[in-house]
Amino acid sequence: MTDSASTRYTGTAIVLHWLLGLALVASFCLGLYMHDLPLTPHRLKLFNWHKWAGVCILTLSFVRLAWRLTHRPPADLPMADWQQRAAHVTHQLLYVLFFAVPLVGWAYSSAAGFPVVVFGVLPLPDFVPVDKALAAAIKPWHGWLAWTLAIVVLAHIAAALKHQFVDRDNILSRMSLKRA
Amino acid sequence: MKLSMKTYVATITVALLAATAFPACAQQKLVSAQSDISFTSKQMGVPVDGKFKKFDAQVAFDPKKPEAAKIAFTVDLGSATLGAPETEAELAKPDWFSLKQFPQATFQSTSVKPLGGGKFDVAGKLNIKGSSRDVVVPVALTQAGPNTTAIGAFVIKRLDFRIGDGDWKDTSMVANDVQVKFKLALTGVPTL
Repeated sequence: MTDSASTRYTGTAIVLHWLLGLALVASFCLGLYMHDLPLTPHRLKLFNWHKWAGVCILTLSFVRLAWRLTHRPPADLPMADWQQRAAHVTHQLLYVLFFAVPLVGWAYSSAAGFPVVVFGVLPLPDFVPVDKALAAAIKPWHGWLAWTLAIVVLAHIAAALKHQFVDRDNILSRMSLKRA
Repeated sequence: MKLSMKTYVATITVALLAATAFPACAQQKLVSAQSDISFTSKQMGVPVDGKFKKFDAQVAFDPKKPEAAKIAFTVDLGSATLGAPETEAELAKPDWFSLKQFPQATFQSTSVKPLGGGKFDVAGKLNIKGSSRDVVVPVALTQAGPNTTAIGAFVIKRLDFRIGDGDWKDTSMVANDVQVKFKLALTGVPTL
């Protein structure tokens, strides 16, 4: 049962796509809301949740990348060459940012002297030293990269919607949680 | 002139007498540059390390006469470093150290119990933010030439001193236990 003629991604790829998409949107919104809150237990809690979400995103991204490298996606729908190229570049950029944004956040947390402890029980190693100057240098990059990811995600969504509703090529069915 | 010379000689004589009669009470000196006082608190399971940069000690201690020892400490709470600059700014506020009212923490020993092998239990009163608590601090001494290093660690309950008051009382956010560690370099301590 190869599903080979399939124009759909594998079930696992589809679940990973939506799970990661949801986690990214939630983390991004949380980051936006919390980043300039005054220092209260509320802020401390949200920061930790945000870090835990980041670690989940990183883990999911590893699983997703491994799956992507070992499973052929469905063939591209017919479209202009430049559109295909743009879609592929967008996808590659998304994958790079899936890793870059949480890794830079983790580095900032470590440099600032707040090691990441996942769910309050699993301490992650620091891969940068505790260093105030380094922390200050890294900090803006987490935000800039997250914004870049947000913009690329919006472009990705806009392109999908354009294909679905303007070109009417039913592109969403490739990634739909519901089988057609 | 004659009188002041007399006073001078008298003072010197008394000082010399005191020094020879009670050598154990000669004050030891803290070498700040080689000393370290740090603390670790836990925020939602995350250990966060801090340091005090300014502190001083008055130590009169002879390992052979521990019962006569007098150890006093002052720590400038405003000299604390702790993670990000936002956190440090927070420490000065009334919920934390309340620096304006209580700029210093102090420790005054009441008794020193020798445990053998250069180890001592130093009991005393720790005063932070207007609250005083009895603590017993285990200290291990090592000596190299004229230098003595005292190393120790103990745990305080932050809520005993109202450190992290108001919204911060919740110990599931910031643990009540705060680990305090120190390494003190002293000169002039008689040999063990």
